[in-house]
Amino acid sequence: MVTPNPEFAKEIAAAGGEMVKMCFQCGTCTAGCPSGRRTSYRVRKLMRMAQLGLKDEIIASDELWECSTCYTCVERCPRQVPIVDIVVALRNISVAEGHMRPQHKGTAKNFAKIGHTVKVDDKITALRGQIGLAEVPPTVLANEKAMADVSKILALTGFDKIVQE
Amino acid sequence: MAKYAFFLGCIAPLRYPGIEKSTREVCKALGVELVDLKDASCCPAPGVIRAFNKKTWLAAAARNLALAEKEGLEIVTICNGCYGSLFDAAYELAHEPELLEEVNKILAEIGMHYNGTTKVHHFAEVLHREVGVEKIKEKVTNPLSYQVAAFYGCHFLKPSNIKNIDDPEDPSILDELIEATGAKSMPRKQKVLCCGAGGGLKAAFGDVAKKFTETNLENMKESGAQYIIDVCPFCHLQFDGVQKELGYNIPVLHLSQLIGLSMGMTAEDLALSAHITPVTL
Repeated sequence: MVTPNPEFAKEIAAAGGEMVKMCFQCGTCTAGCPSGRRTSYRVRKLMRMAQLGLKDEIIASDELWECSTCYTCVERCPRQVPIVDIVVALRNISVAEGHMRPQHKGTAKNFAKIGHTVKVDDKITALRGQIGLAEVPPTVLANEKAMADVSKILALTGFDKIVQE
Repeated sequence: MAKYAFFLGCIAPLRYPGIEKSTREVCKALGVELVDLKDASCCPAPGVIRAFNKKTWLAAAARNLALAEKEGLEIVTICNGCYGSLFDAAYELAHEPELLEEVNKILAEIGMHYNGTTKVHHFAEVLHREVGVEKIKEKVTNPLSYQVAAFYGCHFLKPSNIKNIDDPEDPSILDELIEATGAKSMPRKQKVLCCGAGGGLKAAFGDVAKKFTETNLENMKESGAQYIIDVCPFCHLQFDGVQKELGYNIPVLHLSQLIGLSMGMTAEDLALSAHITPVTL
């Protein structure tokens, strides 16, 4: 037995997913979803669960993270429901409540550490030099002050808490 | 002459420098001036960073947008992820004054401000709209005769209601750009199927991502394509990195590398040694 939680709708709305209420369950999203063809992820079901407030089931599920954000459902939705925005809102809530894949934590840590989501690779650094590019790209990687600014943004928006163990 | 702030992102400069190099060369040859967007960070990645914390994503994206605004330049990206992220962030900040105000409170802490004016473009869209296929044809010195698979990816054209570049279900602009080099873009099934890497899927559920990629590779093989031509270093990484274990061998080039090749750039200049699936020209 699951208990619907009407308060969850407010949380979703606060996270940017208020349009979930517009979904009338036609299933066009699921029919065209490339992830749904390959996994147990069902977009229509996720939208219905969100409407009903089945928070615990949603935020701990693998399915929430099986959307590749390809926007096929958004393009085809006859109600113009911004489904990817709703998935993002649900994922934000899931992460805030401590449900984060270790691999995603790794990506988040890279971003927090160097301002980029992938690590610097020495071989590529050398290759950059060989083809006449600056070995260090002219990004935050080349300016400590710029990286300090990014770190401050991360701290001010609560991202540093996400990357803590 | 057109002038843009060049946003590098992460995967191109740190994994496939030949994409960055060829973009610089091709733009120079076509009269598009690129000014490095110095001090920029990751866009930040829409499928992961935005999914973890939207406030962080929006504020960090606004910082990148503000860097370009200060230079008085519109941004050009070579990655669908960067394009999707920066375009979406710019759109939200231009249409929601309250969000802009909230973001500016954060930017004020680092001595910055964003007025909400920066426009964001994709390299392929700039080439098609501003340079034009005919001008690219004029600059081709080494016409190519390859049969290739055009791979659009997702965030280049979608969501189409705000991007409005091409028909997201049946696009043609990448095919037209490819054919300007002399190469032939081969028709195939499920041309707009996602590569599988986006949305954090590659990191968290790599086997699921590979299933998407495998369907694409099978359709590309069936079409007779000798190369995969993408407009996104993340799609590029996915196709380049996983196809060996899936039993395929179709080399992958970014559009900038293909056009660079048609203008006489060498394998060394294109940094093809960084590719995992060997590229033999």
